[in-house]
Amino acid sequence: MNIIFYLSAVVAIYCTLRAVFHKHAVHALLYLIVSLLAVAVVFFVLGAPFLAALEVIIYAGAIMVLFVFVVMMLNRGEAAIQQEKAWLQFSTWAWPAVFVLLLFAEWLYLLFYQPPAVAPVGGNQSIMPQQVGEALFTRYLLGVEMAAMLLMAGVIGAYHIGKQKQRNYHRYLEEEENLRSTASEKQTQQVI
Amino acid sequence: MSETWIHIIMVVLILLVLLTIAAGLIYVERRMLAVWQDRYGPNRTGPFGLLQVLADMVKIFFKEDWIPPFADKKVFVIAPTIVMMAVLMSFAVIPFTPGIGVVDLNIGVLFFLAMSSMGAYSVVLAGWASNNKYSLLGGIRGSAQMISYEVFMGLSLMGVVILAGSFNLRDIVEAQRKIWFFIPQIVGFVIFFLAGLAETHRLPFDIPEAESELIAGYHSEYSGMKFGMFFVGEYLGITLISALVTTLYFGGWLGPHFLPPIVWFLIKMFAFILLFILIRATLPRPRYDQLMSLGWKVLLPLALLNLLVTGAVVLYWHL
Amino acid sequence: MISHLRSLWLVFKHMFHKRETVQYPEEKPYLPPRWRGRIVLTRDPDGMERCVACYLCAAACPVDCISLQATEDENGRRYPEFFRINFSRCIFCGYCEDACPTYAIQLIPDFEMAEYDRQNLVYEKEHLLISGQGKYHGYNFYRVAGVDAGVKPKGGGEKESEPVDVRKLLP
Repeated sequence: MNIIFYLSAVVAIYCTLRAVFHKHAVHALLYLIVSLLAVAVVFFVLGAPFLAALEVIIYAGAIMVLFVFVVMMLNRGEAAIQQEKAWLQFSTWAWPAVFVLLLFAEWLYLLFYQPPAVAPVGGNQSIMPQQVGEALFTRYLLGVEMAAMLLMAGVIGAYHIGKQKQRNYHRYLEEEENLRSTASEKQTQQVI
Repeated sequence: MSETWIHIIMVVLILLVLLTIAAGLIYVERRMLAVWQDRYGPNRTGPFGLLQVLADMVKIFFKEDWIPPFADKKVFVIAPTIVMMAVLMSFAVIPFTPGIGVVDLNIGVLFFLAMSSMGAYSVVLAGWASNNKYSLLGGIRGSAQMISYEVFMGLSLMGVVILAGSFNLRDIVEAQRKIWFFIPQIVGFVIFFLAGLAETHRLPFDIPEAESELIAGYHSEYSGMKFGMFFVGEYLGITLISALVTTLYFGGWLGPHFLPPIVWFLIKMFAFILLFILIRATLPRPRYDQLMSLGWKVLLPLALLNLLVTGAVVLYWHL
Repeated sequence: MISHLRSLWLVFKHMFHKRETVQYPEEKPYLPPRWRGRIVLTRDPDGMERCVACYLCAAACPVDCISLQATEDENGRRYPEFFRINFSRCIFCGYCEDACPTYAIQLIPDFEMAEYDRQNLVYEKEHLLISGQGKYHGYNFYRVAGVDAGVKPKGGGEKESEPVDVRKLLP
């Protein structure tokens, strides 16, 4: 299991780096997808099969497809690659790289010189979907409710944006509608 | 060690049988379509035209494997393998009988959903990598169709999961000893079947590859064995959906005792494969917006309602 | 929804209907006698060529697939020196048969003339000429024509009067 973990971890890191540094947008996205899949394998090895499946379904399967979709629709071509090349200068990535290295060093220090404060949740046994569900709907109920509200807002917003005004394809129909609307306005004025 | 070897041999055997079924479906589909259209279909090569499969395979293997110079070569090559891999991986979780099956995964249903969502990539990438307007249109249609139908495919499955209390397909089959789930879950079954049609882009929903509008959609630029991969992938997809419908709604290997379990499974599976072909022979292709509005305005609310009612019933009567 | 299920059922019932396919090589379709198929050159009842090489067929041909060259034998009888039809161009319209004044060129109910080599579709006179009379029996152009081409003397034909001596005054 250890070998699988390290193998997929290496794949994940390599693919993420490729995703950052690749100049071709679609290829970079493909690397990102592979990285997500590798992370899913890592989750699986760590004993969270439910999370691994969700990672693949939601991130790799749904969200990244939309990303690929949009990038493909834009289809920037050679010019975009040149632009990427121009952007990816040493001065651009030097400072972020330093910060990331700092974080990495901290993480290494914590990993090797500090004993883990708490044992990992669940120990060595894998966490089943039932347990996840129970935890979500008892301990983390508030979070679920808030996420639900957020999603509801998203659905309503999408509906509102997607709603189209009814279009008339003939000027006679348009005139008719104008007449009707003015008439109704008059009525409301009278009522007022 | 010997147990490992038996397992490996079983996996290889399952793979071979599946690929044989998928190749054989080329013949079965042509023959059955012909039968339902008052024709004979391929009946010249060998007895009953059975060697047609062989002829088709030979033809597809010996065709020039051509990569268009304007295509994105790497992605172009990867795309057809994804569909085959995704579908074949999904078969890993399907319990054919109590003894035959690749893995006994606790999240079997989710694993299938994950793999089917991977399948969308092959369509998108093939459409894009071909660098061709029609292919791109096909890829766009395909990805939109597959993503939206995945949503209620997953939701329609949840009714079964609630009734069985497990994501494990073996447990789901075992839970159907009393009653097959297509009776309490008839709505879920219909939605799952329609979503399966759309997932495999079979004929009424073959909008991504609509011949009359998009030439062949996302695989117009493919030839030779790369096209063959898409082709076999589609038939494997039909087999997969049929096997899943059998497992989830029609009691898998369960059946009266005079036939062995594997025979029951295959009978049910082939009945659904034939239903797929019958639907292809019958129904015309809807318009794209009709497909989408059917999905989001009819099937999604129905799936949610089905989920709600099932959950409420299970909670109320403590089933 | 109901209509979809109904049409599914109706299509399913076609399983038990009669097949429409004609199993061609074993089971030949009926071709009517006037079916326009392969073009032949026929002979008159005496076994001579009917064709008088008048070029009307070549002129009538809309795709210009007929080519021929006229010549005469020692009796003054016209016949084609060569007669060539390019069947890879022919559209089997039958205009040549309409145009022919001597029933020589005829279209017969036969279509099985596929070839692997395109060049083999060019039929020469020996391929076109058949030994029979084709669809119109008993017609012999030189028996009713006014000329003497070795078949009958001038004025010896059917319903033909003796030639008039134009140098005599009296009728």
